[in-house]
Amino acid sequence: MKDSYDNPDERNLLDHTRQGVIGQPLDRPDGPLKVSGQAPYAAEYDRPDCAEGVLVGATISKGRVRAINRDAVLGMPGVLAVFSAPEMLRRAAQGGAGEAPMQDVRQVEFPLQPVALVVAETFEQATHAAKALKIDYDDQTGKAVLMPSPDKAEPAKDPVESGDLDAALKDAAHVVDVTYTTPGHASAAMEPHAAIAEWDGDRLTLHGSLQMVKYNVKELADSVDIPPENVRIVSAYVGGGFGSKLGISHEAVAAAVASRQLGRPVRVVMTRQQVFQAVMRRSETVQHIRLGADADGRLSALGHEAFVSNLPEESFSEPVLQATEFLYGGENRRLALNISRINRLTAGSVRAPGEAVGMPALEAAMDELAVALHLDPVELRKRNVPDEVPGQGKPYSSRKLVEALDAGARAFGWDRRMPLPCQRREGEWWIGMGMASAARVNILAKAEARVTLRADGTVLVETDQTDIGTGSYAILGQIAAEMLGQPIDRTTVHLGDSLFPQGAGSGGSWAASSTGSAVFRACEEIRAELARGLNCAPDDLQLRDGMVWVEGGEPRPVTDLMDGDIARVGRIEPGELMEKVKQATYGAFFCEVAVNAFTGETRVRRMTGAFGFGRVLNAKTARSQCLGGMVWGIGMALTEELQFDDRDGHLTNHDLAEYHVPVHRDIPEMEVLLIEERDAAASPLQAKGVGELGICGAAGAVANAIYNACGVRLRDFPMTPDKLLAELPDPFAGPT
Amino acid sequence: MAQTPAARIAVNGVSHDYKGDPRRSLLDFLRRDFGLTGTKKGCDHGQCGACTVMVNGRRINSCLTLAVMHDGDEVTTIEGLGMPDSLSALQKAFVSHDGFQCGYCTPGQICSAAAMIEEIREGWPSFVSVDVAGHARLDDEEIRERMSGNLCRCGAYANILAAIKEVMESGATS
Ligand code: FES
Ligand code: FES
Repeated sequence: MKDSYDNPDERNLLDHTRQGVIGQPLDRPDGPLKVSGQAPYAAEYDRPDCAEGVLVGATISKGRVRAINRDAVLGMPGVLAVFSAPEMLRRAAQGGAGEAPMQDVRQVEFPLQPVALVVAETFEQATHAAKALKIDYDDQTGKAVLMPSPDKAEPAKDPVESGDLDAALKDAAHVVDVTYTTPGHASAAMEPHAAIAEWDGDRLTLHGSLQMVKYNVKELADSVDIPPENVRIVSAYVGGGFGSKLGISHEAVAAAVASRQLGRPVRVVMTRQQVFQAVMRRSETVQHIRLGADADGRLSALGHEAFVSNLPEESFSEPVLQATEFLYGGENRRLALNISRINRLTAGSVRAPGEAVGMPALEAAMDELAVALHLDPVELRKRNVPDEVPGQGKPYSSRKLVEALDAGARAFGWDRRMPLPCQRREGEWWIGMGMASAARVNILAKAEARVTLRADGTVLVETDQTDIGTGSYAILGQIAAEMLGQPIDRTTVHLGDSLFPQGAGSGGSWAASSTGSAVFRACEEIRAELARGLNCAPDDLQLRDGMVWVEGGEPRPVTDLMDGDIARVGRIEPGELMEKVKQATYGAFFCEVAVNAFTGETRVRRMTGAFGFGRVLNAKTARSQCLGGMVWGIGMALTEELQFDDRDGHLTNHDLAEYHVPVHRDIPEMEVLLIEERDAAASPLQAKGVGELGICGAAGAVANAIYNACGVRLRDFPMTPDKLLAELPDPFAGPT
Repeated sequence: MAQTPAARIAVNGVSHDYKGDPRRSLLDFLRRDFGLTGTKKGCDHGQCGACTVMVNGRRINSCLTLAVMHDGDEVTTIEGLGMPDSLSALQKAFVSHDGFQCGYCTPGQICSAAAMIEEIREGWPSFVSVDVAGHARLDDEEIRERMSGNLCRCGAYANILAAIKEVMESGATS
């Protein structure tokens, strides 16, 4: 079998297998370990004689380290060494880099960039010495670009231009011409970045908190200049990533450098503040959106031009327009992404790069168009579902947008929404409803996994694929159990070790469908082997609870057909289908908010999401992914915002007390509908990704509900009370 | 340095004499000296709740207190509530309701919830209690409010709430 996935697999094999575990809402196999705190995260491995390292951040915004006054701290109790080595990273690696990111920590490019590592016997000693360390700089802060400057943006790369946008806007019956802004965001995974490095001769082992092991091995090897074969990375449990752990960052290389020099294991855990200040941010965006529609609401013109920022020479730019390209019609269009350069920590992937911020803005603008048209916002979306990708003539693979809009509206009770704002008042609160579409590109990534059907009939799955909370441990086992007809409790999954075959890694929502497909293919080979023993075609094989038979035949134990373990490595690579067919996941959000008429505080009262993402592999973990995404949407809509000081560019809200992720009380009753779907173009599992879809547009639904509640159209996320207060109607006037 | 202070701390019923750096937090004492890494460090600043343990039955952020301050105290950590083969009702409910994703906030959520259930039973009021005179309602808003010191970036809140409610309603000891 070719590795690349070129033709849709329409056998839908997983609908015909007999075990009946695929898609089931099974508990996670890693659950008992996690709820008892026994799943080890990177910093928690007990390495004998492990020294503790603490990173030190620059106190300038740009410049160069001139001198590190080591001697003063080397005399402090327990202090072993101070490192500021050229190998150490000044920037974290972007996802999928596969090579060392920018090194040489002595060159300072943004405030609080790590410039040194202090290592001591204990964490307290290292922390104390790190605080005491004096560093002299050649300070060029005056030359730094401290705030984003869209007016100095580089010309857009490959803008999408078709038809005549200006003319179409002039001719349109209804036009919306608005600018939305979103601030920077932090991943803020609950486990801070951590690494324990240890050397055995010229071989390095790193226990790290990392999302994509196969790339991380190469990044680390390149950083410390050894061959990738000499690096082993273990990342078996990851306390959340959300993009921030796609590539290696400062702590990993610093630990490796220190451990090599000291000849003992070294642990480096970034402080919460350092994670905020130094690893990765989502870029702020300015988005100019122009929509032109005819009297029936059909789009003829669509302009979406976005401005983002990053450090000089970074290739990543927040792909704001990713979903705008294919979601709605509008033959006259201009989509352009412009980037400007700034001395701020690296901008990179934060959960659902692109759609997370592009979709809420687009969906709020669509809401404005619906208002202009006096048209139901759900209906407006349905009228603009294109037959083929505008301007590309490319067909879509399975697409459940309309189904999600209808099912979500029904479940939520959308028909009870007041068409005009300021109609519903409960005490101090304006009540309103809003909706938004969800859309996210779907990606199949190269992946490998080994499956072993052991002589005793148990199943083992091994891959360096990580589980960052997404459910890889659960779904990979379910695929193997289903394909090989074994009960789930006879299936074991080992992940996150570079000794195993290379999975896709956790990013871009691709882990389940990609590494899952590798597991599927490994199982197909094992099934072919078993079929030879029964002289039947592999797809005629019936397998359940350890028994095997062909239709009409007598079941017998599968182990009867085996001489010993059968181990196969399954592989998949993206193929022609990725190019020929537009693959994406779709959904719809509905929410009800209450806006305090006096204080401008917004409370989300309930939220419904309906999502279609191909075959559901585990209904429980898939639902959780959707819930998590919607929580992020509420955070983006109401509270999350990186704030930078315009005097020296430093991040002022660099921790969880100041950067407000949603807490329990911010999250209301939530409902998730999983729309039945098979997308054979996406993967042989007919599954797509779901890790990010739940955030892609969610904040737009909240913004639109705020408008529906109180008539205030804010175009600047997050929609905090101060902004609302300035525009709220007279609180004593009551409903209009 | 002045004389190293000492403390005798009972952790999950096992006594331990701490004699060491007075700067060591109770959290780092548990994780490093005692090897009980079930208690997590998410911020080290009392902002996230991942380090929640019970001291003499009350929940606290173990990163915000020093080990040496706990002479004579009894500390209960997640390991004390239940291990994989002896999970408590609350731990089981977290598994069955998928009250976690990455699992990093989870021990803190569970320790916090276990103590919170007792607080409600004892009638402690909260910010959202209508009646502050010892008749706390067992509704969702009460639970959400009282659990708001435990952040979950994975956003498992709805499932955590369901898990806690199931245990509260069943009356099982958490
Ligand atoms: S680690 Fe103690 S509250 Fe965050
Ligand atoms: S489960 Fe990941 S932070 Fe709560």
